[in-house]
Amino acid sequence: MRTQAWGVLTALLCLVIASFATIDLQWQAFWSAEAVASMGRFLGEFVPPETSPEFIQKVIVGAWETLAMSVLGTLLAALLGMLLAIPGSQNRAEARTWTRTPVQWVLNALRAIPELVWASLLLISAGLGPFAGTLALALHTAGVLGRLYAEALENAPTGPAMALKAQGVGSGRVFFYATLPTILPQVMSYTLYRWENNIRAAAILGVVGAGGLGQLLAFHLSLFQMHKTASVLLGMIGMVACVDALSQQLRKRLT
Amino acid sequence: MRRAEPIRDPATASRLFSIVAGFALLWPLGIATEFRPWALFESDSIQATVRFLGTFWPIAVDPEFLRLIARETWRTVAMATVGISLALLLAIPLSLVAARVLSLSGLTGKMDPVPFWIRQSVRWVLIVLRSIPELVWALVFVRVVGLGPTAGVLAISLTYAGMLGKVYAEILESADQHSNRTLLRNGSSRMQAFFHSLLPTCAAELTSYTVYRWECAIRSSVVLGFVGAGGLGQEMDNSMKMFAGAEVATMLLVFIGLVALADRASATIRKVLG
Repeated sequence: MRTQAWGVLTALLCLVIASFATIDLQWQAFWSAEAVASMGRFLGEFVPPETSPEFIQKVIVGAWETLAMSVLGTLLAALLGMLLAIPGSQNRAEARTWTRTPVQWVLNALRAIPELVWASLLLISAGLGPFAGTLALALHTAGVLGRLYAEALENAPTGPAMALKAQGVGSGRVFFYATLPTILPQVMSYTLYRWENNIRAAAILGVVGAGGLGQLLAFHLSLFQMHKTASVLLGMIGMVACVDALSQQLRKRLT
Repeated sequence: MRRAEPIRDPATASRLFSIVAGFALLWPLGIATEFRPWALFESDSIQATVRFLGTFWPIAVDPEFLRLIARETWRTVAMATVGISLALLLAIPLSLVAARVLSLSGLTGKMDPVPFWIRQSVRWVLIVLRSIPELVWALVFVRVVGLGPTAGVLAISLTYAGMLGKVYAEILESADQHSNRTLLRNGSSRMQAFFHSLLPTCAAELTSYTVYRWECAIRSSVVLGFVGAGGLGQEMDNSMKMFAGAEVATMLLVFIGLVALADRASATIRKVLG
């Protein structure tokens, strides 16, 4: 055990040294006085943030778009995730299902590709704008939620389902009246947790052109309109902070 | 013979109401996100999609391209590793300052106001670092230091310093404080108390969280490439803009493999060190 631990530590150290050795970092960007000064100048350009009412309104619209993207994306993901989790799970009470392995692979692939990569792939079929972002959130999150739902389904107590099944109730109704209610609290908390994550993700998806606050940010930053960029950034931070506080309150209330 | 009772759902009214209410609530969301699924099935977009997906197969495997991909993949891993290492340099001192359990005046009741405000302001710094997504940091740094991995490394190290610092402080505070308090009360210095009591107690949890974050950093360093921070993401972005589906397909496979590998590696490391 000890030798194993030392082996792992040595390997990690080698990885770190190799990374530092091969990466072409501009070290002077970190330390030189000139770099620090230019960084300071750059950050100084952010103040004061743009506060004209028209622009504030634009930021609010962007924030609303981001929020809508995250809600709709998470809802779609919950639906798709549940649809995939049913064939992707195997209840202890049931015979082996051949669908489990292929569906788990699909879920893994959906999950492995980040939202931003999905968004830039989807721009081709869904076009620029928040719709592509919503779909991208939905696909990535469906992979995450599908796996969690499948785990919940596999660990669900089988008693109620077996009782209904013994009465000759069809499998659809067994799912809706026995299995789903037993895992519903878990499903709700997983979904809420992912929604929180998705608000952050939705805020940056716009950088590749998928709508929301990120699109405003990338647009004004590329035009070097630093005051406007600062307002968008403040809007982003404010929105995330509000949602965090809200969900913390909700969770305290619920548990 | 008795006629069969018609099957009636006693909850019809409430179900109908919730369906209608649900749609009424979703409607504005759909408008805000320009949610038009049918747009996906218009002939133009179907044609574009089919043409793009058609170029995915066969995937690009010519040796020169594979060499490029191998180099960029390593660069992605290196960016994440260097980023995390620099984040550690920043996070460790900040979390030591922020941890309330290393307060001497806090031992006997309320903390003195000066240390209290120092701790509080470090906490706020950590919150600010963490609440700006790494992609935004990268966008900003690309403007300052130019295209390339430096911007990505800076972005990762700042965001992850915020996350690691906050969680390190929380781990230290949630540990069993008995030996730590005893050492502090008997006149050992705060560093002594940390090295001989808190660190041994929390070492496993601290490493495990750091390795987990390293795994996250690999994933996010791919994404950072999309704004010009180099690595696999930048190549993927370039190939997508040129509609080179075969190259995109190869890179997606490499990326999925890389994530799976990092996942496995981090699980193993955490098991061995935990």
